Amino acid sequence: MKTKIVLSLVTVLALVFTVSADPINQIRKAEIDTTTEAPNIAKMVNDDVKKGRNYPMQPPLIPHNIRDYEVDLKVNKCLSCHARKRTEETQASMISVTHYMDRDGNFLAEVSPRRYFCNQCHVPQADLSEPIKNTFVDLDKVLNKKSEK
Amino acid sequence: MKEWFRKYLKVLTRPSVHYSLGFLTLGGFLAGIIFWGGFNTALEATNTEEFCIGCHEMENNVYQEMKTTIHYTNRSGVRATCPDCHVPHNWTDKMARKMQASKEVWGKIFGTINTREKFEAQRRRLAEHEWDRLKANDSLECRNCHNFEYMDFTAQSDRAASMHSTYLEKGEKTCIDCHKGIAHELPDMKGVEGW
Repeated sequence: MKTKIVLSLVTVLALVFTVSADPINQIRKAEIDTTTEAPNIAKMVNDDVKKGRNYPMQPPLIPHNIRDYEVDLKVNKCLSCHARKRTEETQASMISVTHYMDRDGNFLAEVSPRRYFCNQCHVPQADLSEPIKNTFVDLDKVLNKKSEK
Repeated sequence: MKEWFRKYLKVLTRPSVHYSLGFLTLGGFLAGIIFWGGFNTALEATNTEEFCIGCHEMENNVYQEMKTTIHYTNRSGVRATCPDCHVPHNWTDKMARKMQASKEVWGKIFGTINTREKFEAQRRRLAEHEWDRLKANDSLECRNCHNFEYMDFTAQSDRAASMHSTYLEKGEKTCIDCHKGIAHELPDMKGVEGW
């Protein structure tokens, strides 16, 4: 009986210590009840080099800074380069044909309203190392592994 | 009327009787300094940001919009104030612009843009005035700080460098052609070239 109590106490204590050594929130690297200093604002990736896509339907990432780009009812700054009529002069990539389709697949003359707000899907990248390692595996790799078997 | 005019012409064309030449020349010189100095001081007082945002039209609309942009807050703390971009620095051009601004005083008195809605309704027209002015003087107020001669293309992003070394270099385009709405919100851009 005594040994049981001692053992359970030891396990409880061990649990408490492991928890405190490993904070719940991995990104903050601190306990949730403490205040931490805000990190610096990260520099944006601005090299204009296209980033790879992890799956075919992934919206392309924005490889440049978009500070103060205005996208609202009045104006869309992104389209001043990426619209069909602008790409010849700017050499930017044209927004894909899907952006000209309504949800029933009909083609429109202009950008579909449901695709108007670029930042809903397209985001720039901060020049940072990842706080938690991503375990995402590309589908091609999964398929390759299966065929090897 | 003719009589009155002739009387004063006579006074002006004849030598002074009661005042000495020294008093008239030195007094005139001193009065000139005071009046000219006073004029310039008053002019410069209207050329400050405090004066510009003394009107709620400017403070609540364009000034607030500017606060988040790089021309207001940035890493090095160098910033542009209203007259840096909106008033020509050259004296004759400045006088011309100040005379035009009498229309703005009129607008203030009669409340042309005294609500946000009225301002938004006029935004395209007002913006076009500024675009036209900068287009006509080859974006002089931009170039007062951003001198093309000293631009280091290697420090620019590839995209910026390729645009600046072609369109801007050749003079095909001037700053305002591409950099519209960098410090304030844009109006509805329907039909504007390049949008």
